[in-house]
Amino acid sequence: MNDHDHGDTIPGGESPDTEGPQGATGYTVGLFLAVLLTAMSFWIASTDVIWDPAVPVAIVVLAVAQMGVHLVFFLHVTSGPDNANNIIALAFGVLIVLLVVAGSVWVMTHLNHNMHMAPADMAQHMR
Amino acid sequence: MSTAAPHPASFRAPHDPYALGGGRGGHGNDGGHHGEATGHGAGGPASKRIVVGYGFWIYLLSDIVLFSAFFAAYAVLAGETAGGPSGAEIFDRGRLAIETGCLLLSSYTCGLGSIAAARRHGRSTQLWLAATGVLGLVFLGIEVQEFAALAAEGAGPQRSAFLSAFFALVGLHGLHVGIGLLWLATMMAQIATRGFRPEVERRLLCFNLFWHALDIVWVGVFSIVYLLGNLG
Amino acid sequence: MMLGKLDWSAIPFDQPIPLVAAGAIGVGMLGVLAWITRAGHWPYLWREWITSVDHKRIGIMYTMLALLMLIRGFVDAIMMRTQQSMATGGAQGYLPPEHYDQIFSAHGTIMIFFGAMPFVIGLMNFVIPLQLGVRDVAFPTLNSVSFWLTAAGALLVNVSLVVGEFARTGWLPYAPLSETTYSPGVGVDYYLWAIQISGVGTLMSGVNLVTTILKMRAPGMSYLRMPMFCWTSLGSNMLIVAAFPILTATLAMLTLDRYMGFHFFTNDAGGNMMMFVNLIWAWGHPEVYILILPAFGIFSEVFSTFSGKPLFGYRSMVAATLFIVVVSFLVWLHHFFTMGAGADVNAAFGIATSVIAVGTGVKIYNWLFTMYGGRVRFPTPMLWSLAFMVTFVIGGMTGVLLAVPPADFMLHNSMFLVAHFHNVIVGGVVFGAFAGYTYWFPKAFGFQLDETWGRIAFWPSVIGFVLTFGALYVVGLDGMTRRLQHTEVDEWVPWLHVALGGVGFMMLGVAAQVVQLVVSIRHRDRLRDATGDPWDGRSLEWSTASPPPFFNFAVLPDVHGEEVYWGIKQKAIEAQRLGPEPRYEPIHMPRNSATGFVTAFFATLIGFALIWHIWWLAALGFVGAYATFAVFAWRKEEEYEVPASVVAEADRARRAARHAWLETQRDREVPA
Repeated sequence: MNDHDHGDTIPGGESPDTEGPQGATGYTVGLFLAVLLTAMSFWIASTDVIWDPAVPVAIVVLAVAQMGVHLVFFLHVTSGPDNANNIIALAFGVLIVLLVVAGSVWVMTHLNHNMHMAPADMAQHMR
Repeated sequence: MSTAAPHPASFRAPHDPYALGGGRGGHGNDGGHHGEATGHGAGGPASKRIVVGYGFWIYLLSDIVLFSAFFAAYAVLAGETAGGPSGAEIFDRGRLAIETGCLLLSSYTCGLGSIAAARRHGRSTQLWLAATGVLGLVFLGIEVQEFAALAAEGAGPQRSAFLSAFFALVGLHGLHVGIGLLWLATMMAQIATRGFRPEVERRLLCFNLFWHALDIVWVGVFSIVYLLGNLG
Repeated sequence: MMLGKLDWSAIPFDQPIPLVAAGAIGVGMLGVLAWITRAGHWPYLWREWITSVDHKRIGIMYTMLALLMLIRGFVDAIMMRTQQSMATGGAQGYLPPEHYDQIFSAHGTIMIFFGAMPFVIGLMNFVIPLQLGVRDVAFPTLNSVSFWLTAAGALLVNVSLVVGEFARTGWLPYAPLSETTYSPGVGVDYYLWAIQISGVGTLMSGVNLVTTILKMRAPGMSYLRMPMFCWTSLGSNMLIVAAFPILTATLAMLTLDRYMGFHFFTNDAGGNMMMFVNLIWAWGHPEVYILILPAFGIFSEVFSTFSGKPLFGYRSMVAATLFIVVVSFLVWLHHFFTMGAGADVNAAFGIATSVIAVGTGVKIYNWLFTMYGGRVRFPTPMLWSLAFMVTFVIGGMTGVLLAVPPADFMLHNSMFLVAHFHNVIVGGVVFGAFAGYTYWFPKAFGFQLDETWGRIAFWPSVIGFVLTFGALYVVGLDGMTRRLQHTEVDEWVPWLHVALGGVGFMMLGVAAQVVQLVVSIRHRDRLRDATGDPWDGRSLEWSTASPPPFFNFAVLPDVHGEEVYWGIKQKAIEAQRLGPEPRYEPIHMPRNSATGFVTAFFATLIGFALIWHIWWLAALGFVGAYATFAVFAWRKEEEYEVPASVVAEADRARRAARHAWLETQRDREVPA
């Protein structure tokens, strides 16, 4: 009756006997990938090899990839059919995060532009 | 049907009758009797383990939204140095690498702890959790030292809007780590005194989620605040 | 300093109005406490209410808190309307500006956070598990913590009446006015800590109810078999989970500015005051839908029940609800079109705002078609719902008008705006809450509210509402801005008098509601609801007794098809007998817990200490809160067993009542 690893439908649920994204191997693979991605981020941020405007994009892409690695290998939000509920909740959360961050930046950038208050101007203005 | 701690051998699969896409929910065979009201028919409310895990997952999403508001504030205010130092001038990449390494490794040890707990190895669970705690403490210590150093050289949060947003965002993450450590210590004491009761296991599950989520937030922090900020 | 900033100057001895009001409230509260002590009710209250983790009890306590706070906020409204109708030309009225500013700030804060929010959360708490056919919410003890934290926030706001002052910044403390430079007193701090503490409670309540709806339903209750109120509550609680953290974050930033000299929203050092406005409304607009969605659910239940028909367009209703949930996060800038973000930003948010009205429009038509061809009855809940339908359409249309940026530039910050949002919040949320209150009251207490007094309460309320806010629309179009303590324009005066007259009518309505409650309690035997189904209802809450046993259902209902209870009922009427008696089994129920009450005690302590900079007391409060948490974590027994005999006894009584009722239905025509 030691079958409590089946039908595991909560993020982070533990299943000691399976391999793949769950179990000790999963954590090790996850750690390896995370360290790799982190190291790449650090390297890209400090090297001159990469075309400058591409650097921020690369860092963001690597960050998103690493978050994905964490979700799959550490939080076990795998995309199996039983996890649809968790994924939908996650997708809703991500949508809100994007709306709040992107929306705020968009609104405030336009405001600063229209009010002629670019950061530098604003600092002068206030002084 | 008693609510007493189930013997490991009788531990049944927590069945989730409302999983989307998992076939017709509700009339499936009910697998999760432990800690749950008896007397209901087939299907019905999910087992307590599912409910607790899912509830905590929802809470975590709200926590991520909390961080996103601070991220938004940071994104808007990052350029507002008011004549004070910019990110490129104050961020130390060596320290950042150690911090990141600590937190990454602590996520790993935390995961191994949960595997040990699932196998009911009390001793190794405690060891892995202790390792997680130590790594978390090192992380927090470095962060406190960084904050203190910045404040000492006149780059405290009162200096400019950029530094306010930086201290608040990174500090909020640090506060979460601190609370996590307190939680971890409490839970280790609980495992020691109460053993692997179902409610202790559920809390362990939630702690795992919490700790891994903090790591995800840190990925955002070191990428967007430190690495991008360092580009100047 | 042992007591931080707190000393005797905090008590407003020089201001008779708050002092007398506070004195009266204090004496009243002492009287109630003395009466409870004399009558020996404390053990009962402690056991059955204060430490209860029963979702029904918690829901009722939320609603009671809401009703009290609605009256408190209404008193503020009366003061504002009298002041404005008096203070014109040479007359100064009776409220000095610094006091008037506190009153409009307190009015908004109390009405939204401690009136409307607890009301809808209370109704959701009470109804959702019953409608889903389960025994409690997902986290019963957390539920109690949520309630008591909300109560702690309400307490702090009311303490500010006597000790210190309240914010003078409006219900949303716009920076930089709310920064220490311009608001050095404790008023804003009272606001911040009260809202943060109750906000934590609200967030946990949201997590709790989302989990309940998604993971705890009776066997067979698939998503598309849930009653509409559960769907709109799901939407509302998803919004709580997604939006309240933004409020927490924004207020935390303002707190950092005020307490530690940060520069998020200050004038100097690069702070950006408009960032406050941006963030607070990223919460504030979803908040509007957090309030109105449950009300939409209530109207759906009411229209369907009293038309004797299933809800028209159930699936389109679900779709419209989810549409509103997402789009409510895309419209926040319409609260500050005039900020100057430019034509493209304003256009995008203006269009999104017009689009979100489509979701609500779908609902209005669905309710109309629900009534169409039905056998419509008109008891009080239905009256409130119809009044909602008429007035809300007007409020919605003025909202669409305001969604057009050029029009908003003219009307922004005017009394027209004030009239608009009162039109939707009173006409939508408050009417909805009253409809829900009268609709589910018999379920909660086992007797109905007196219909005659219900009607007497209804008519003056609606007439007063239309008069007041109709007049405010007019003065708004005439150019009157909001929050004026004194005016100089003669053309406005008659309209301000009309608005005051409207408030007089509403006072009659409020008084009649109080009388209705008293009369109904006194005549409870005559108004008794024996069957548990006084309205000929359609969803599961009407299948159990009134009031429901603490375990709600002796046996969890087995759900086949939509409107499961209606189906069971028709089958029983047709067959002239109830289904076979089920096999009763023991039930496990969560134990009572003082955790919520104790946590709220320490939260109040922490809040008060931080407001007055009494740091040691705050530290003590945190230690106490942690100790409470540890004690809770180490408790041995979470649940207790209800023997099958107790379950059987309760259910057999219910079945007997049902049987008697079935006899009376012998000649009733069964609808095809």
